[in-house]
Amino acid sequence: MIYARGLVKRFGEFTAVDGIDLDVAPGEAFGFLGPNGAGKSSTMRMIGCVSTPSGGELRILGKDPVRDGPAIRARLGVCPQTDNLDPDLHVFENLTTYARYFGIPRAEARRRATELLEFVQLTEKATSMVEPLSGGMKRRLSIARAMVNEPDLVLLDEPTTGLDPQARHLVWERLFRLKQRGVTLVLTTHYMDEAEQLCDRLVVMDGGKIVAEGSPRHLIDTYSTREVVELRFGDEAPSSYVDKLAGIGERLDPLPDRLLLYSADGDAAVSELHRRGFTPSSVLVRRSTLEDVFLILTGRTLVD
Amino acid sequence: MVLYRRLWQASVFSSFVLPVLFVVSIGIGVGGYVGEIDGWDYLSYIVPGILASGAFQTALSESTFPVLGAFKWTRSYHAARATPVRIIDMVLGWQLYIQFRVAAASIVFLLVSAVFGAVHSPWVVLTPLICGLLALSTAASVSAFSATIENDSYFSLLFRFVMIPATLFSGVFFPVEQLPAVVRPLAYASPLWHGVELSRSAMLGGATPWPWAVHVGYLILLSALGLWWAWRAYSKRLRD
Ligand SMILES: Nc1ncnc2c1ncn2[C@@H]1O[C@H](COP(=O)(O)OP(=O)(O)OP(=O)(O)O)[C@@H](O)[C@H]1O
Ligand SMILES: [Mg+2]
Repeated sequence: MIYARGLVKRFGEFTAVDGIDLDVAPGEAFGFLGPNGAGKSSTMRMIGCVSTPSGGELRILGKDPVRDGPAIRARLGVCPQTDNLDPDLHVFENLTTYARYFGIPRAEARRRATELLEFVQLTEKATSMVEPLSGGMKRRLSIARAMVNEPDLVLLDEPTTGLDPQARHLVWERLFRLKQRGVTLVLTTHYMDEAEQLCDRLVVMDGGKIVAEGSPRHLIDTYSTREVVELRFGDEAPSSYVDKLAGIGERLDPLPDRLLLYSADGDAAVSELHRRGFTPSSVLVRRSTLEDVFLILTGRTLVD
Repeated sequence: MVLYRRLWQASVFSSFVLPVLFVVSIGIGVGGYVGEIDGWDYLSYIVPGILASGAFQTALSESTFPVLGAFKWTRSYHAARATPVRIIDMVLGWQLYIQFRVAAASIVFLLVSAVFGAVHSPWVVLTPLICGLLALSTAASVSAFSATIENDSYFSLLFRFVMIPATLFSGVFFPVEQLPAVVRPLAYASPLWHGVELSRSAMLGGATPWPWAVHVGYLILLSALGLWWAWRAYSKRLRD
């Protein structure tokens, strides 16, 4: 579905995407993770054939995005990072008008709009204007709009940012159903749980480069340990403990408010800690998550 | 491809009701004092000009804020960009919408003018076309301009230094020959002047100051250049 080699995007002097390779197979759910400014959206816009690559090779659905832009876009569904719904039209018309951009006949457009509003549970808002909708409803409408041409490949740039937990679960469930129908999904996200839930495979981007690639499980196994111990100390800055705790676990990461201790066996690490006479004010042993992988790879926590 | 079905009622109201009120008040009120120009009563003289300047102003106002807004605020062009719609379709779609607006306004305006006895020639049937051409020649390049800017404060400059002088000095209210010779070329450069003279000739039956083909040709040239510029500007804006 997507094939990229050495893909580059420059804005003037600045290189936003710095030579990335991608392969996305039909039916796959593929994710981009990365801190702010990593180049996720820039990559998505190149895949969506709205931004011209500055270098490298890119093929979408086997076609060249520069030459066959309209033909490719006809088969894509795009939900951009910032909503661009039409504020002069109400919810239902937003879908039908957009369908007309794809040359879908009016009657068919109305049928699909009805179905899609049902799908994202906005049926009772059909005649509401866009502006009074909540952020989550707008997002769901954007997602519905991306489906209006029954695309083969759906691009979602941060589909659930700003949504409440219920709305997020709804969106996940809907995206999961799309995947079951065989639609290829490509999404960016800042939420590790989202990536774990939805993506078969993902890449972590940082500074325009891909720093890791694989399934969520694979990434955790490769880059993190099985368990993580979160330690808080009441008195001093966590960084001051890094030296003192050396030798316990496989890796130590001081955050401003806590210290992360990576270890295959969290409980053993905690006993060792106590044996050495440390008394953290709080101790939490948990399984390692993608968030930890992210932290290890980019040296940063996730920021929204 | 019909891209835009928008809020009609409000805008249609202002785009012809205001000029109509204008004609009624100026034509009847001031007309008594000014007497005749080129052998016509003042009302008949200015009606074709007001008609053309109405088209000109609709063209300007519809190709400024709405265009910038569709790039910057609502991002509707970006939405359309993600579909098979081509950039040239977006440019033409919006121009088509402006044409509809102008055509509807011109026709209503002509009917009202006829009632007031300001129509004197069968060529009047051509005036909606003239207005359409005038609107295209103006709106195409102004849309292009709107696509290149980031900030709407340029519009107040455009209105102040282009729209208002053009409206006042393009032969709408008095013949351009009364302007000092140094500024006359500015009027000749203004699409509005060509539109006004064509429209006046069509409504009153007289000859145009220059051969009509020159007036029409100039407007077509401006339209073509404007569309090309708009296509370039839209492409550039939407490229990244
Ligand atoms: N049109 C543009 N012109 C200039 N620079 C740009 C443009 N678009 C993006 N950039 C820059 O490119 C870099 C990558 O931006 P991008 O939007 O791809 O990041 P992102 O990974 O999507 O980040 P976020 O998580 O904040 O959405 C940023 O530093 C941004 O400032
Ligand atoms: Mg982004």
